[in-house]
Amino acid sequence: MGQITLQDVQKSFGPVHIIKGADLDIADGSFVVFVGPSGCGKTTLLRLIAGLEDVSGGKILIDGKNVVDTPPAKRGLSMVFQSYALYPHMSVRGNIGFGLKMAGLSKDDTNRKVEAAAATLNLTPYLDRKPRELSGGQRQRVAIGRAIVREPKAFLFDEPLSNLDAALRVQMRIEVTRLQKQLGTTAIYVTHDQVEAMTMADKIVVLNGGKIEQYGSPLELYERPANLFVAGFIGSPKMNFVTGENAAQKGAATIGVRPEHIKIERDGAGGWPGTIAVAEHLGSDTFLYVDAGPLGMLTARYIGELSLHAGDRVSLVPDPARIHRFDASGNALRN
Amino acid sequence: MARKSTTQRVVVSTIGAWFFGFLIFFPILWMVLASFKTELEAFAIPPSFLFFHWTTENYATVQERSDYFHHALNSIIIAGGSTLIAVLIAIPAAWSMAFSPTKRTKDILLWMLSTKMMPPVGVLVPIYLIFKTFGLLDSRSGLIFILCLGNLPIVIWMLFTYFKEIPRDILEAARMDGATIGRELVYVLTPMAIPGLASTMLLNLILAWNEAFWTLNLSTSNAAPLTVFIASYSSPEGLFWAKLSAASTLAIAPIIVLGWFSQKQLVRGLTFGAVK
Ligand SMILES: Nc1ncnc2c1ncn2[C@@H]1O[C@H](COP(=O)(O)OP(=O)(O)O)[C@@H](O)[C@H]1O
Ligand SMILES: [Mg+2]
Repeated sequence: MGQITLQDVQKSFGPVHIIKGADLDIADGSFVVFVGPSGCGKTTLLRLIAGLEDVSGGKILIDGKNVVDTPPAKRGLSMVFQSYALYPHMSVRGNIGFGLKMAGLSKDDTNRKVEAAAATLNLTPYLDRKPRELSGGQRQRVAIGRAIVREPKAFLFDEPLSNLDAALRVQMRIEVTRLQKQLGTTAIYVTHDQVEAMTMADKIVVLNGGKIEQYGSPLELYERPANLFVAGFIGSPKMNFVTGENAAQKGAATIGVRPEHIKIERDGAGGWPGTIAVAEHLGSDTFLYVDAGPLGMLTARYIGELSLHAGDRVSLVPDPARIHRFDASGNALRN
Repeated sequence: MARKSTTQRVVVSTIGAWFFGFLIFFPILWMVLASFKTELEAFAIPPSFLFFHWTTENYATVQERSDYFHHALNSIIIAGGSTLIAVLIAIPAAWSMAFSPTKRTKDILLWMLSTKMMPPVGVLVPIYLIFKTFGLLDSRSGLIFILCLGNLPIVIWMLFTYFKEIPRDILEAARMDGATIGRELVYVLTPMAIPGLASTMLLNLILAWNEAFWTLNLSTSNAAPLTVFIASYSSPEGLFWAKLSAASTLAIAPIIVLGWFSQKQLVRGLTFGAVK
């Protein structure tokens, strides 16, 4: 079991208020991603759950029990650090088995479990190597092995893939997700990369400036962002925002429309006219960055190849059903 | 082409390194040679390098005139004792400064180091009087005490820099793995700190072994270490060069042997962090 609840969790470092009251319900077995810009407090929130930092206020419940006064060793969680944090003087076997040794498991049981975890992660040939004799990806696997072998209530990941190269990152992303589903263990995963969040999460927590902006499934966040921040943060390329008269017509201070919800017309009179500043041809997609005069720069996406080039005049027509409306304070307006 | 120039560079730098190594080592070599000469040959001009009448009589005379082992034992006790106590005090100090620093940590470190900027002779009289009052003159415990205090700032500084190199993440990982503070210390921190600890102790041992100012001024016979043993052969006329050399050779031999066997450890410790 690994059901985690945060109730008005606060954290200050001296006079600086970092986490400004977080409320969250994480269901057992779910994969929850904390996402937000750098410095928004993701790591701090994760460390509060881990017990590596003390809360300044509020409650953290694990399976219904308040753990704010429980030391990290007793919370039954395991963590994968951004730096991997492997024990440099121990072999891979020693690293993965350390938690079991601390739990007082017999040598035979420890070995059996370590070998099983190593097999799952393709680490069997490296069991007797030291961390410095491994590649970045292998170290990453050892760190994950160390986390899973203890069968914790939940895994905590702090940007575990950010030190890997792009190709390996995509591969590990899939492996981590698959492993989590297979084990059925609750996971909290911190990243600043919204693509990682969208692809891995059952539910996403969008953090900004120490506050939870929205908590929901990836599609909920994509289709019904609660405010301007979430709307701009989730989705790539970013949502276009238009203010002024065009927004006022829809009864909003700002309207937003995603690049993939804009129709591109070569010489149409309707919609928003502009000149293409940059055209990116990916084959599978075409991205147009259009200078729309008073509306500013707008981005439009076309699926497939569209033979338009910089300097061409186009007209952008937003899909009226997919327009997001926001009030003056940035909150979403629902119909 | 590129390859040739690197070989050349290796040859040149090797020759250079050997040259400077020899230059630095030369005084010691000369001292060892002089210890096997007669007093007359020892200060003959021009000096003879290898072709002289080799003799061990200086060593015999030195041992006869003053008890080498008595002084050596004192050196071992004083250098070893002061090192041990300094490290025992320094570990918690450096630990707390490295792992839970406060706003004042930097100031305290600098203040500690600043005590080393004062010439010891500046406090000779007060220290002498304190030693006299407490009956510490010519006692091993007195020397252990003063050498320990003298080297403590350096020991704390060195340990602090080593401890700072240990990533906090690793200690936190141990905590997440269910280790209590005690087990974290035994299984994770200590093994990672050993190279730094060893080289700190070694350096401190060498410093304490060679310390001459306090040992010469505060001891005469009972507690006198090897520095006093050497000094007893130095006279303004310089008539006992050969015996002085023999005494010095005997005095530095143990520490050179120790340094030789631990050089790998020492280098590893001193470059800890540079090579991850
Ligand atoms: N130990 C600390 N002392 C003081 N400030 C801290 C400490 N840890 C984090 N912070 C501050 O808290 C904020 C959030 O940090 P962090 O949680 O690491 O952000 P993120 O992981 O989202 O990039 C940052 O402004 C950071 O400077
Ligand atoms: Mg972070």
